[in-house]
Amino acid sequence: MAKIWIYAELTGGELAPISLELLAKARALGGEIEAVALGKGAEASAATLGKHGAKKVLACDDEVFDKYLAQPATDTMEALVKANSPDLILFGFTSESREVAGRLSARLGVGQVSSALDVEAAGGGFVAKVPYFGGAKVARMKLNNKPAIVLVRPKSFEAAESGGTAKVEKVTATVGADSKRAKLVERVAEKGEKVKLEDAMIIVSGGRGMQGPENFPLLEALADALGGAVGASRAVVDAGWVPYSMQVGQTGKAVRPNVYIAAGISGAMQHTVGMKGSKVIIAINKDAEAPILKMADLGVVGDALKIVPKLTEAIKAKKGK
Amino acid sequence: MKIVVTVKQIPDPNGAHKLTADNRMARDGEVVLDPGDEYGIEAALRIKEASGDAEVVLVSMGPAKAADAIRKGLSMGADRAIHVNDDALAGADALTTAQVLAAAIKAESPDLVISGTESTDGSTGMVPPMLAELLGFPQLTFAKNVEVSGNTVKIQRQTDVGYDVVEADTPALITVTAGVGEPRYASLKGIMAARSKEVKKVGLGDLGVTPGKPAEEVLDVVDAEQRKAGEVIEDDGTAVDKIVALLVKVKAV
Repeated sequence: MAKIWIYAELTGGELAPISLELLAKARALGGEIEAVALGKGAEASAATLGKHGAKKVLACDDEVFDKYLAQPATDTMEALVKANSPDLILFGFTSESREVAGRLSARLGVGQVSSALDVEAAGGGFVAKVPYFGGAKVARMKLNNKPAIVLVRPKSFEAAESGGTAKVEKVTATVGADSKRAKLVERVAEKGEKVKLEDAMIIVSGGRGMQGPENFPLLEALADALGGAVGASRAVVDAGWVPYSMQVGQTGKAVRPNVYIAAGISGAMQHTVGMKGSKVIIAINKDAEAPILKMADLGVVGDALKIVPKLTEAIKAKKGK
Repeated sequence: MKIVVTVKQIPDPNGAHKLTADNRMARDGEVVLDPGDEYGIEAALRIKEASGDAEVVLVSMGPAKAADAIRKGLSMGADRAIHVNDDALAGADALTTAQVLAAAIKAESPDLVISGTESTDGSTGMVPPMLAELLGFPQLTFAKNVEVSGNTVKIQRQTDVGYDVVEADTPALITVTAGVGEPRYASLKGIMAARSKEVKKVGLGDLGVTPGKPAEEVLDVVDAEQRKAGEVIEDDGTAVDKIVALLVKVKAV
């Protein structure tokens, strides 16, 4: 039976949702499922990880993992991999996890498959599905090495409890003398987010068609009326209209809301790969040829600047009744 | 201070998407300097301008065509470049790429290595952390702001809620986001000057790297599942009502 590890991502003691998504996939693959949790909150996370299918959690609460980026976690993972020989290690394709996955795969000399959409068991090994050309095509890649390391894009799988408890195995931090180097000095919260983009059930996103940053409050008003969050295309983030944290797409966040309203977004593959899992897509674009209209459940050829405020009023009126 | 910037030539994102016989992305069509790398070059040039005394060296691995991307970086203001080109590197995986870049960069003993967060074509984001590991450097990633003072580098690391302040002593590797500033256009003077800047050609033999078996093997490539098109309407004044009706139907209102 294959030994499958998932790298449980902890930030400031909080378990990242991707960790539970990975456990759902690990269960589907079948095998001996274990999680590795490093940093503040590691032991405490075992209860949740167990409920989602981990049979064992290798946990270390040492604060060294919270104080220094990537290197202490890489050192400790290397020691744990050598002692336990997992067949597959699943990491989230997130800014926190990919740093550790990258270093570890170079340290072990095994490489990895990154940015995967899915993983399958095949012929005694593993095959990962990876987007090509921004998601237009999908390549199936067989992993040649052990451990096979795969980084999976967030929101590729739905987290689900399976019931169960995980045995906690306390492990010690193995940290090289030269590994306490990238020091986390301070965490700064820039704005109190109303609803986290990746957790929002309704997202209103804007692109170039919004004409300028001064028009984004129109989207915020609509999102507020719907109880949702505001996202953006890469074009407007690169243009500096809105912060990167709002970017939806291949190089931004992957989202899967119930409703995604794209206002003035043309629908470049770079963007759609991050939102095509949405249950319902509504698109508003002046250009009748915009690709986003071809994938929307409801596409409106029209000016988002005119339609969005009217829509906000209509929803407020409806809710007011 | 010596700053190395990794640069990559990528197939023109607006061009046709072609595959090679072994199902990798074809790189023989039109190529451009990865837009993400322009931010790396911009960040390096700003550090150079602030410090007054720094050398910016571009390092690239790629086929002969990569020379154009390198030349563009030199036109922006980088001082010289190293171009690793070897037929044995066609289809190299991320680990081999990182090993090759690490060997070329080690010979330069830089204080800083700057990369984009991920390439625009492959988007695996793996080369920078692997490179940092192979160089034995700490990595300061997703920097939207970089400050260098003496031998300390401090960045603002983009996060979901704001940013982290992270610092390290040099040598270190940094990955930068679009937040570091709009890449400058090459001036005519810059383009002229770039013609006489040194581009050192290097092969695998010079670096002493032997590519191993790739970490992965591409089995096949198929079209991604597409969403089915829904209803498309012209806004004749009823669009708002139709959107509201759909939102009500899916219980979003």
